[in-house]
Amino acid sequence: MKKYLSLLKVRFLNNLQYRAAAIGGLVTQFFWGIMLVYIFRAFYGNSSVSDGMSFQELVTFVWLQQGFLSFIFLYDWDYELLEMITTGGICYELIRPVNLYSVWYVKLLSKRVARGLLCFAPVILLGFLMPEPYTMSLPYDAVALLLFVVTLLLSLLLIVAISMLIFISIFVTLSPVGSISIFATIGEFFAGMTIPIPFMPIWLQKVCMFLPFRYTADLPLRVYSGNIRAGDAVVGIAIQTVWIVGLVILGNLCMKRVTRLSMVQGG
Amino acid sequence: MISLSHICKEYRVATRSEGMKAALKSFFKREYISVEALKDISFDIKRGEIVGYIGPNGAGKSTTVKILCGVLVPTSGNCSVLGLVPWENRLKHVSHIGVVFGQRSQLLWDIPVIDSFSLLKDIYRVDELSYKENLEELSYVFGLEEYLSIPVRQLSLGQRMRCEIAASMLHNPQILFLDEPTIGLDAVSQIAVRNYIRRINKEKDVTVLLTTHDMGDVEALAERVMLIGKGQILYDGSFSSMKSRYDTVNLITIEYDPTMHLKQPEHTALVSNENGRAILSVDTSKTAASSVIGQLSSSLWVKDISVQSRPIEEIIAEIYEEYEI
Repeated sequence: MKKYLSLLKVRFLNNLQYRAAAIGGLVTQFFWGIMLVYIFRAFYGNSSVSDGMSFQELVTFVWLQQGFLSFIFLYDWDYELLEMITTGGICYELIRPVNLYSVWYVKLLSKRVARGLLCFAPVILLGFLMPEPYTMSLPYDAVALLLFVVTLLLSLLLIVAISMLIFISIFVTLSPVGSISIFATIGEFFAGMTIPIPFMPIWLQKVCMFLPFRYTADLPLRVYSGNIRAGDAVVGIAIQTVWIVGLVILGNLCMKRVTRLSMVQGG
Repeated sequence: MISLSHICKEYRVATRSEGMKAALKSFFKREYISVEALKDISFDIKRGEIVGYIGPNGAGKSTTVKILCGVLVPTSGNCSVLGLVPWENRLKHVSHIGVVFGQRSQLLWDIPVIDSFSLLKDIYRVDELSYKENLEELSYVFGLEEYLSIPVRQLSLGQRMRCEIAASMLHNPQILFLDEPTIGLDAVSQIAVRNYIRRINKEKDVTVLLTTHDMGDVEALAERVMLIGKGQILYDGSFSSMKSRYDTVNLITIEYDPTMHLKQPEHTALVSNENGRAILSVDTSKTAASSVIGQLSSSLWVKDISVQSRPIEEIIAEIYEEYEI
């Protein structure tokens, strides 16, 4: 365990170095957030309540989404890992006495944590400073805040487990473009990142419930504003845990298979 | 220590012929050819040996090393390294070996070298005391102190390579696999690396398998050489006997009075002859250089004469040609 913690620390330090990238991301996320709230404003028209989600809840949803993007966003290109697979740098990973799945999991995790910690505070702060009605609200209550933190952290673990499967698939296809784009687009949609899930038709909402993606974004973001109540949130936490365990086991099995079959690219 | 028997490795490579039509066709149906990277390789390496593993590009050197490291699984054959089958007991196996792939880096690019080292320490569970000892020794031998705190991206290639080798020795491995460790290094760094390899081999009894294109490395370090070509071991023996077997040509350069006529001795070929300066190549398997010199000096007024054996690179190139590899 110590080796993975040590790896987490080193990678975290490594990722903290990219200050310019963090600032760039921050600016992008802030303006993207403004754009989204304006689009939804138009969508709501004059009424402030739509099916299942008030405009106030939605604004909060957007600011949280942008602030914690790196905790919940599936579409993440980790160039280092991609390059490692496609050019054969992977052989250095295989000569270490470590579980390859765990190492990669830790790498992806540390990157998201580092970026999240650099970005979330300024974006959330700016969200609070926005003029009415575009301002972010406080959590529904203390319980909602606590549940939000728990579900958000589990989201992070789950999103990494899902990304791991995408990266493992690159071992077979050797091209990141297909795997990531297809997976990410579908995943984002079912996570409620494109359109919040309450706006979807009922049948589509049901589909979302059976996929892991909504537990990576939709759940924590709506728990914060009380749009999902405490009872449902606890059930959500249980489902998140099941998905995490299941996908980690699946990922480990896949990783074992592909590393045995794989050949190292590029001599 | 290391034993390989009848190892074969086949790769499947997707191919397609030229042109748009073929490209479209291959989109639906791929054609594969299998490439035999290794055909029936067998060898044994004893504890404490330094073995030079040479061969042209694509001969199968890296594939062999990767099988020995447990990274690749061979198509058939047996292999045992320190009593373990590398690819079956990968985790156990790799904690006893050190590997340097000269063309890749194991150090984290953006953070100081020392951080990478302490990460490796935790990964290999090296205890504090022997880590300190190793680090001190390595810093001393390689002169690392000055740049341990510099991010890897700002090191020169020579500095980085020394750090790479140091990194692979932190956990006291019994076997060191070096895949082109001196590639792209300047003379000073090259000598530092060679000295260090010799030193760990002597002092710590570390077995070294060295893959290289640099014959200087092999000449300086390895008593035993294995030559691989087209996936087969073509020569396995001492470096000096390989050299003498193929080193059958000497070059004699003479300067003589240009008014005299140069009579070419037997078993020689004239490489050049201009203004009283001639270069002759001598087939040393048929005649001795000394007898050629005798013949030349008896018929000519010789101002200066020198004998050179051919550079080792040329000899190796000739061996490659002879085996058509």
